[in-house]
Amino acid sequence: MSLSLYVPGRSWLHRLAPRVKLTALLLAGVGVFLVRDLRLLLGLLAASLALYALGGLGARLAWQSLRPALGLLLFFFAVQGLTAGWEAAAVTALRFGVMILLGALLTLTTRVSDVLAALERGLRPLARFGVDPDKVSLACSLTLRFIPVTLQVVADVREAQRARGQERHLIALAVPVIVRTLKMADDVADALEARSGGR
Amino acid sequence: MIELRGVSQTFEVPGLAPRTVLYPLDLSLTERRIGIVGSNGSGKSTLARLLGGLLLPTTGTVTVSGFDTRRSPREVRRRLGFVFQNPEHQIVFPVVEEDLAFGLRNLGLSAAETERRITEMLGRYDLAHLRQHATHRLSGGQKQLLALAGVLVMQPEVIVFDEPTTLLDLRNRNRVAHAIAQLPQQAVVVTHDLELLHDFDRVLVFEEGALLADAAPAGALALYRERMSLESA
Repeated sequence: MSLSLYVPGRSWLHRLAPRVKLTALLLAGVGVFLVRDLRLLLGLLAASLALYALGGLGARLAWQSLRPALGLLLFFFAVQGLTAGWEAAAVTALRFGVMILLGALLTLTTRVSDVLAALERGLRPLARFGVDPDKVSLACSLTLRFIPVTLQVVADVREAQRARGQERHLIALAVPVIVRTLKMADDVADALEARSGGR
Repeated sequence: MIELRGVSQTFEVPGLAPRTVLYPLDLSLTERRIGIVGSNGSGKSTLARLLGGLLLPTTGTVTVSGFDTRRSPREVRRRLGFVFQNPEHQIVFPVVEEDLAFGLRNLGLSAAETERRITEMLGRYDLAHLRQHATHRLSGGQKQLLALAGVLVMQPEVIVFDEPTTLLDLRNRNRVAHAIAQLPQQAVVVTHDLELLHDFDRVLVFEEGALLADAAPAGALALYRERMSLESA
């Protein structure tokens, strides 16, 4: 699973300030969900793909960004199609498709540390309301870091169970995964403390 | 230098009898290379966590360069680095470079100094080509080296290792052993890897929460091997 996607480059998208890209992504996220017109959404999809070309990233990276979510998109499409009609289903799938492409575009052209630094700066005004920007930024980073680790825990437990003849059993899978994840959380908390430099 | 005075550790679990995992202990750890061995459950990992200030003793005091782990945890954190058994849990950022920068940011270093130290550390451990690499895609050996680099980049005075070679193959084990041997700092290594300790200055042997031996490697390891073979006989 690819989560850290940064591709070094010198395109204008790479050079654009992370805070601008984050703000644009936020606005696009809101905007795309206000659009209901199928043709307009197709236009936004084409524009998103054009941004990949302009950023020197190419169609292959756009496809790689979209591919892991295809199953979920198809699932949404089918459920919406059967319950609310196929046009609504296409609108939903396109909205998510555009957002996934734009989100990936941000991570492809911006280092995680730069995104987090921009996030930290952007959240500073909220400090007076009790929001700790450093902690929010660290939580985001930890989430990105530990998604693949947790998926590996699930894969390990499934493999161990298969080796002992257990094919598919949700509870038998969930309990050891939760226990191992909680133990891992303890270790990570210790590591964070040890590397805090007294901060 | 690490000092332990009257240090013991007892865990209390509601509904169960208290369990003492480390009996009262006085130690002055001044040598450059100190090994700690013992069977599973002997209390050696608890001792490592006490030295690192990750656990506060039930009784007594632990001081690192004169700073008490209970009263001055921040000062201790600045002086002592801790390398965990499983690097997977110690690496907290998704990209190699960013993980190294984490500790430096916590120390409040300038961008130029952060960059200088990261570049130096990546070069030292042959990780320069992995600078922008996703941390979850590194091999086990590379992860352990990155975990070590993440601690060393903060330039601590003392480093405590908790079973640093347990999860590694022979090649990576040798790389980590070499890295430890080259360290200019004081290193305290908890391990089952007895070969690692041959050149050490001092080895402590623990058994059931008590210090069984405190000697040069040859004597301490011979005693430990003897105890282990007696138990399995």
